[in-house]
Amino acid sequence: MLYFANWKVLLISGVCLLGVLLSALNLLTPAQLAYLPGFMRKQVTLGLDLRGGSYLLLQVDVAAAQRERLNTIVDSVRNTLRDAHIGYTGLNVEGDALTFTIRETDRLEEAKRDLAKIDPDLTVEIAPDGTGTMKFSAVATETRRRQAVEQSIEIIRRRIDETGTKEPTIQREGQDRILVQLPGVDNPEHVKALLGRTAKLTFQLVDQSVTVEDARRGRLPPGDEILPSADEGRGRGSGGAAYVVRKRVMVGGDTLTDAQATFQNNEPVVSFKFDSVGGKKFGDATRENVGKPFAIVLDNKVISAPVIREPILGGSGIISGSFTVQSASDLALLLRAGALPAPIEIKEERTVGAQLGADSIHAGAVASIVGVILVVIFMVLFYGLFGIFADVALLFNLCLMLGALSLLGATLTLPGIAGIALTMGMAVDANVLIYERIKEELRGGRSMLSSLEAGFTRAFGTILDSHVTTLVAGILLYWLGSGPVKGFAVTLSIGVLTSLFSAILVTRLQIVTWLRRLKPKAIPL
Amino acid sequence: MRPLIVIRRVPKIDFMRWHLLGFALSTVLSIATIVIFLTAGLNYGIDFVGGTLIEARVTSGPADLAAMRSKLDSLNLGEASLQAFNSPGDCSSSPPSCVLIRLPEQPGGDAAQMKVAQMARDALGPGIEYRRTEVVGPTVGSELIRAGVLATVLALGAILIYIWFRFEWQFGVGATIATLHDVITTVGLFAIFQLEFNLTTLAAILTIAGYSINDTVVIYDRMRESMRKYRTMPFRDLINLALNETLSRTILTVSTVALAVLSLLIFGGEVLKGFSIAMLWGIVIGTYSSLFIAAPILYYVQPNRRAIARTGDTADAPPAEHASR
Repeated sequence: MLYFANWKVLLISGVCLLGVLLSALNLLTPAQLAYLPGFMRKQVTLGLDLRGGSYLLLQVDVAAAQRERLNTIVDSVRNTLRDAHIGYTGLNVEGDALTFTIRETDRLEEAKRDLAKIDPDLTVEIAPDGTGTMKFSAVATETRRRQAVEQSIEIIRRRIDETGTKEPTIQREGQDRILVQLPGVDNPEHVKALLGRTAKLTFQLVDQSVTVEDARRGRLPPGDEILPSADEGRGRGSGGAAYVVRKRVMVGGDTLTDAQATFQNNEPVVSFKFDSVGGKKFGDATRENVGKPFAIVLDNKVISAPVIREPILGGSGIISGSFTVQSASDLALLLRAGALPAPIEIKEERTVGAQLGADSIHAGAVASIVGVILVVIFMVLFYGLFGIFADVALLFNLCLMLGALSLLGATLTLPGIAGIALTMGMAVDANVLIYERIKEELRGGRSMLSSLEAGFTRAFGTILDSHVTTLVAGILLYWLGSGPVKGFAVTLSIGVLTSLFSAILVTRLQIVTWLRRLKPKAIPL
Repeated sequence: MRPLIVIRRVPKIDFMRWHLLGFALSTVLSIATIVIFLTAGLNYGIDFVGGTLIEARVTSGPADLAAMRSKLDSLNLGEASLQAFNSPGDCSSSPPSCVLIRLPEQPGGDAAQMKVAQMARDALGPGIEYRRTEVVGPTVGSELIRAGVLATVLALGAILIYIWFRFEWQFGVGATIATLHDVITTVGLFAIFQLEFNLTTLAAILTIAGYSINDTVVIYDRMRESMRKYRTMPFRDLINLALNETLSRTILTVSTVALAVLSLLIFGGEVLKGFSIAMLWGIVIGTYSSLFIAAPILYYVQPNRRAIARTGDTADAPPAEHASR
């Protein structure tokens, strides 16, 4: 018991010192921190619930993107079968599959071969009775999903960066979710509105051969679609509530290189520039269709349908509609950032104002400090000098916890602070176990030294068991919990580990030093 | 420096005398919980059922709940629940200026859900600071319930396996029943008083499971040790002895944890209230269950004492004074 190898003493003191230093780093202001070398610039990151900010959980609707892709394939299937003169009925998109029935059952093989050429990602199956389905293969679906999520993250990052939010975190969560954290944002409505829009822009010709009313009555020419006006409901549109437009896209928004909100005749408008490919396509299309209207379509709604007066060859243009200054600048932002590959839904929003965050930090700090002080007093009352040893270990434990949190770059949340306070209460349990054991051994008539020795060794197994069970709960919480609860799990688990070190080794080191220096005759317990 | 308060002697409380009463009480509590859970249900927070929670502070004085409620009712978003509260910081004024507003989940999926907060803000008008807004869609809520139940079951399972591994299976049974009892009655507390049950409550329950096991393990450890030491002592006396020998530790530890949790409850603010209440109840019930359920159960599913005595290593040999003969 009396023997403590020098290297052990050094190691224990070193770890404690490191803990104190690391936790002290948190007292520095960001400006002071900047003077330190990079490896020392470590501080506990505060969660959004403490610093204020907005947390959004988004889901990429991959299925919707896939349905849309299937819808575009319907036309290809129709054309393929028509070109091959194969009769079919009931061509339809049902769920995640495209279904149809081939009438000529003797040409099934031929139909299958032709249809398989449309898209290598599709699997074609035709039963002997002629009913067929086309589906995306599992591998293709998975690849698509991954690509869609990755692309979405990229686009979302660009959109958020454009709004000027500082230090946003955008990360993938699970299979098809994206977690967006916006520190300092206390009203995310604008961001939500921006993220909720796909922003798919296309230029399509308006079909004037048929009126909207006729088309709605079922006389929609093949290759056409009816699109509602974006003005519908706002009551300012002059061109009616819907348009019949060609499905074929003249130019898509993916060829834009820039978009800016500006004014034309005192009305807010959005000016845009094409890249060279888009500019040439747009020039060609406008040259061939002078005098005809074309529709500017955003997310399947027609913003406006101007008549082409002359070929537009400069590679740039202007979108006018009934914009406000805000909506024009939003649209310009969305066009610059690009379209999302799939629609996005917001599943969860948690926003904390900076004031509540400050209140929470304060409340958490007060609660922890009061808790620590109460525990410290309690231990002195019941264990005297040994209680002070335990209290010193407890304070080192607090530093070690904060140090570990800083080192790991863990995020401290309000439940995380609760975890710290709770650990302060539980950490002394190891000391209590040891001291009670020592008392018991003394009562049993053992000598002072052998009681101390027995107290530490015999209590150790119990301490280990009890710590492991708490650690199990902490790890599961981390694994299955979300957001703030994860923060609790982190501090609880770290606290369990550091308290194992401090309550056993730091206390023991103090007792050994006390024995050597003061050569006491009895244990004050 | 000597301690001011000293527990000198090992108490001689006959815990086993009360164990049937404990069993009865716990059975009643558990059944009551299950009945209330099935009939009245839990007051789930938006984490689990979806919906909107807004913490607002009226900047010009006390909050007028009736006026706010009528403004919110005009939105036809379902029954709004408003609750004024005090907590340290900006919300410490009395009468309270801070309000928790809860709006139920809206039909129409996640998209409809996300509009609610803005609608409420528009309806309530100016003069209000929005301290916190939480909107959870129905899908996320049901996933969180599933994850929560899974976490609890896995935690119990993992702890059981650990105990099984470290002790005999009989100890595992006792510890599991006691911990299950603690989890159930903590849920019961929330069901009876219809306190809001949310993610932090769940975190508290898992922590309670860990704490309660911790407490039980300490007592079991001592029982196993005594089984090696006193091979002929009647089992009933052996349980009592182990409980009495560990009693001062039990009381001291529950006190320090309770002090920390009380401090959280008093100073921790509104967000941590549910957590602190659950923890406080949990450590009390966890201590009770270690004494009156976990230990006495072993009287009925007795571990094989001979096998345990054989596994005892010589280091654990009793000092001469303690010998039972």
